[in-house]
Amino acid sequence: MLGNLINQGRIKSPWVVHFDCGSCNGCDIEVLACLTPIYDIERFGILNIGNPKHADVLLVTGTVNHRNKHVLKNIYDQMPGPKAVIAIGACGCSGGVFREAYNVVGGVDKVIPVDVYVPGCPARPEAIIDGVVAALEKVKTLLGMTA
Amino acid sequence: MARTILPFGPQHPVLPEPLHLKLTIEDEIVVEALPTLGYVHRGLEKLCEVRDFNQMVQIVERVCGICSCLHALCYCEGIEQIMGVEVPRRAKYLRTIWGELHRVHSHLLWLGLFADAFGFESLFMQFWRVRERIMDIMEATCGNRVVVSVNVVGGVRRDLSPEQCQWIEQQLIISEKEIRQLQTTILNDYTVKKRCCGKGVLTKEQAYQLGAVGPMLRGSGWAQDARQTGYAAFGELGFEPIVEYDGDSYARCAVRFRETLQSFDIVRLAIARMPAGETAANVEGANEDDTPRIISGNRGGIMQSYNRDKHHSITAAPPPDLDIPAGSLAAKVKGKPDGEAVTRVEQPRGELMYYLKGVGSKNMDRVRIRTPTFANIPPLLAILPGCELADVPVIVLSIDPCISCTER
Repeated sequence: MLGNLINQGRIKSPWVVHFDCGSCNGCDIEVLACLTPIYDIERFGILNIGNPKHADVLLVTGTVNHRNKHVLKNIYDQMPGPKAVIAIGACGCSGGVFREAYNVVGGVDKVIPVDVYVPGCPARPEAIIDGVVAALEKVKTLLGMTA
Repeated sequence: MARTILPFGPQHPVLPEPLHLKLTIEDEIVVEALPTLGYVHRGLEKLCEVRDFNQMVQIVERVCGICSCLHALCYCEGIEQIMGVEVPRRAKYLRTIWGELHRVHSHLLWLGLFADAFGFESLFMQFWRVRERIMDIMEATCGNRVVVSVNVVGGVRRDLSPEQCQWIEQQLIISEKEIRQLQTTILNDYTVKKRCCGKGVLTKEQAYQLGAVGPMLRGSGWAQDARQTGYAAFGELGFEPIVEYDGDSYARCAVRFRETLQSFDIVRLAIARMPAGETAANVEGANEDDTPRIISGNRGGIMQSYNRDKHHSITAAPPPDLDIPAGSLAAKVKGKPDGEAVTRVEQPRGELMYYLKGVGSKNMDRVRIRTPTFANIPPLLAILPGCELADVPVIVLSIDPCISCTER
């Protein structure tokens, strides 16, 4: 009974943590734009928080490089399950224009499992919101809530 | 007194970007700050070996998404200098317009983040609400919100129609009114002043000796701005830098706030004085064979995705319904850059410098980028010792750090 209630809460109000993983800032400011009055993701119950230990969804922008892959892994490991990962932007999906640079490992999926890919350079705020909604479907499956 | 070492970052709620500071604190007072960089290093400069000099425009735009237009401008001016290309006057004005719009959006973004750093969340929301109007102008005129990608070697790839210019002017009037409403809060509010005045003071001598640039330098009383060198259309438009004298976080905030309004005036002036003519020149370099320039054609229907009810405001006129003029994209690029050039432009964060070296092949031999945040980190480390731990986010934010620029 109580478990059901918590699961309902997880779906209705997912908390997201954002990590900039070597992005050019283009996607980061679009993630921030999602919080602001024009897009306002909070109306869907989505809350941006700073602590990965409180988060259900991890938003990662940018390419992974040899230095921050440890940081990314660390943040992912700190998140309690069930959790979903969203790679934002062309860089997060595959490495984008930086793919051939020497310090770039590639997309986020080289380090941690990714559930949703949001393309775009940079991704539009609408697309990011859509990505979070798609990630919730994944969380639902993990919770066994799908009909 | 026992010393404690406190890690600040790389993932920190106040920082949008990964910067790590090792703060040595003694009873809540910072005695030493050591930065650790490298979390965003991608190795962009070396990409010039695999991308040709036209494709590098797209790479340098992504050095930093917030000031992408100015990176591309600086790079293109350098290549044009090497190849001896005279850019059409209209293209120079268009570059100025988009460059200054970028400055407005960057400063509004910063003013919002700064408000958030001292915990004034509603002010953050207000600044970002106004910023969306500028983003709409970008989207309506360039097709993308953040990375606008208008500069090419030899000119610009988009043009502004008279209807669009008129619409931009209307939008600027509304935005300026909205920003002026926030002026009393960000500059005169008791709480804001309490958090900013006298915090992180950089004296005039220190600013000079440590090589500060941009609002950091002008906030400490130096009237120095790369726009005085007259790049793009600034040679014809004239420019006076904005200066504040206190050198604290408040002064830097005031510089950026006043620069936002100044950029509105520059955009209006540039629109008013913009001459008719071509938007891109033929590029002819030393070597004869063609380097095909891939330019996408007129992407019509971009505005269809524009949500007209977005602002829920009756004062906001919708953008004119027309295809984006594609400019004279027939301009050809011939030859390859052979020679060296150093170019400087004023980014929102300060002076940006490009060193370019071509050796007569389609790939550049060296692209060296010196970004403003790189120059502003030594002054930051000088002003952090002696401040309270609670003021660290405000002071770090007051230099407008752009780590992605710094590390490339």
